[in-house]
Amino acid sequence: MSEFQQKCSILSRDCLAPDVFRLTLQAPRIAAVAQPGQFVMVRVIEGLDPLLRRPFSIHRSFTNGSISLLFKVIGKGTEMLARRCVGDELDVVGPLGNGFEFSDERPVCLIGGGMGIAPLLFLAEQLLRTGRATGKDHVLLGARNKDELAPFAEQFSALGYAVQLATDDGSIGHKGFIPDLLDFVLSTVDQVYTCGPHLMMENIVRQCQQAEVRCQVSLETHMACGMGACLGCTVNGKRGLVHVCKQGPVFNADQLEWSL
Amino acid sequence: MGEMEESGMDSRSGAKIAPCGTPDLRVQIGSLALRNPVMTASGTFGYAREFENLVDLDQLGGIIVKGISLQPKPGNPPPRIVETACGMLNAIGLENVGVDRFITGKMSYLRKLSAPVVVNILGDSVEEYSEIARRLDGVEGIAALEVNISCPNVKKGGVAFGTVPAMAARVTEAVRQSTTLPLIVKLSPNVTDIVVMARAVADAGADAVSLINTLIGMAIDPISRRPRLANVIGGLSGPAIKPVALRMVWQVAQAVSLPVIGIGGITTANDALEFLLAGASAVQIGTANFYDPSSAENIVQGLTSYLQEQGEDRLVDIIGTLKTGTD
Repeated sequence: MSEFQQKCSILSRDCLAPDVFRLTLQAPRIAAVAQPGQFVMVRVIEGLDPLLRRPFSIHRSFTNGSISLLFKVIGKGTEMLARRCVGDELDVVGPLGNGFEFSDERPVCLIGGGMGIAPLLFLAEQLLRTGRATGKDHVLLGARNKDELAPFAEQFSALGYAVQLATDDGSIGHKGFIPDLLDFVLSTVDQVYTCGPHLMMENIVRQCQQAEVRCQVSLETHMACGMGACLGCTVNGKRGLVHVCKQGPVFNADQLEWSL
Repeated sequence: MGEMEESGMDSRSGAKIAPCGTPDLRVQIGSLALRNPVMTASGTFGYAREFENLVDLDQLGGIIVKGISLQPKPGNPPPRIVETACGMLNAIGLENVGVDRFITGKMSYLRKLSAPVVVNILGDSVEEYSEIARRLDGVEGIAALEVNISCPNVKKGGVAFGTVPAMAARVTEAVRQSTTLPLIVKLSPNVTDIVVMARAVADAGADAVSLINTLIGMAIDPISRRPRLANVIGGLSGPAIKPVALRMVWQVAQAVSLPVIGIGGITTANDALEFLLAGASAVQIGTANFYDPSSAENIVQGLTSYLQEQGEDRLVDIIGTLKTGTD
């Protein structure tokens, strides 16, 4: 495994929904080796406040040497990042973490909630590229409303996945939560990949355990380094604390402690 | 982009070095010789291997590994870190693999590195400190020990060793008697007068002091009305603490004859120079390793450039040359 520290030009910046942005960066060395589920640590400005890099899942990786990141403005760091312009350079370290494990168990179901959709598009594309897509694979996406969901629904559909949507306000798809949709799908798949709000993932993990379907989850935590040095990004595992940056961010659900 | 990277690499590989020759960056910490004064601070650089893809470890003056205890420590429950203005609070809880697994699992990699490896040790009793030092004594590839005295003394009701001069002295003496390695004692800033602490460990046999460890701090989430760290309080590090660290280094350097190693928020060569001018013989880069893994290397280059611009041949000649008053 190999990671790099690179100055990356912003090639494009798209506002997909209120407060939701996609940045595409020229990052040839990172793009060359990145795997779905891996992340990068981005310095949002060159100054010292905010001090720490911010972790972002790699949303897409392209053969032309660029990568995309997807984020929602939720604090000072993401707000500053959203103000960066095309042509600006960002200091990026990556790719970091383990990434999703490709298994022979398929068909699969990809489940993304909110910005948790980010790593799943890369995964969906990589499943296709590597000939693992079955044509019977499912994608379930959830967000607050249509604005935040519609742009992604089209991308997954275009790849040939059967897409179902859930929104909090019912402005598109099912009004309610993704787990409501999952029971119907679980009997037809052998592997679930999920990333999103913790409560959503807890419900999905419980459903997968009951249905005896393997489930990989991608976690998000605060991180200082992303490289296994600060030991700040711990979560409770079945056998003691685990570090999200190095042992994750992707875990088999049964490696972790779930409160449900 | 590609071209810019190339030119960046050129300057690092020496294209900018002046024809008159490279300044001599070597410094001496007691009997410990360093090729340059830039070390990486304990707890911010893992066991060095974590950074091997991002940092040219051969450029570093020294590597201080994650603090080691007698038994493995799982550390504190999460959340363990929180960002603050120009800094961060941590309450990692000294998570580490323990001295035996450190020797069997980490040293084979570390002893191959060209940079001197300093092992940071910690304990909750005087006996534990000396036992760790004994087990490390004679292990090939260890250049020195750094004693973390900011830990609570369990037998004395949890008061940190580093806040009571007599306790700090006892730990220092005990470790001194258990090892032949050069001994650096890392001082806590959470005291009324750090000079008193420095004198106490100097008299007890320390070869050098390093300062400062983190300043104890706290952060609260007003919405949940909970502390942002599960441990409630944690150690503040990063550029926010640099002025405090610099003041303490200056005071200690004037008061004791031992070499002083400056630590606290150093990010750039200018930051490092401030500490060297204030009297530090070397510096440690800490939190900056997290937000800019290349900072230690860049500081080494920056020190070289500074000496060339100032017409200095040797870094040791600028140590402690702060001008105060009317001189």
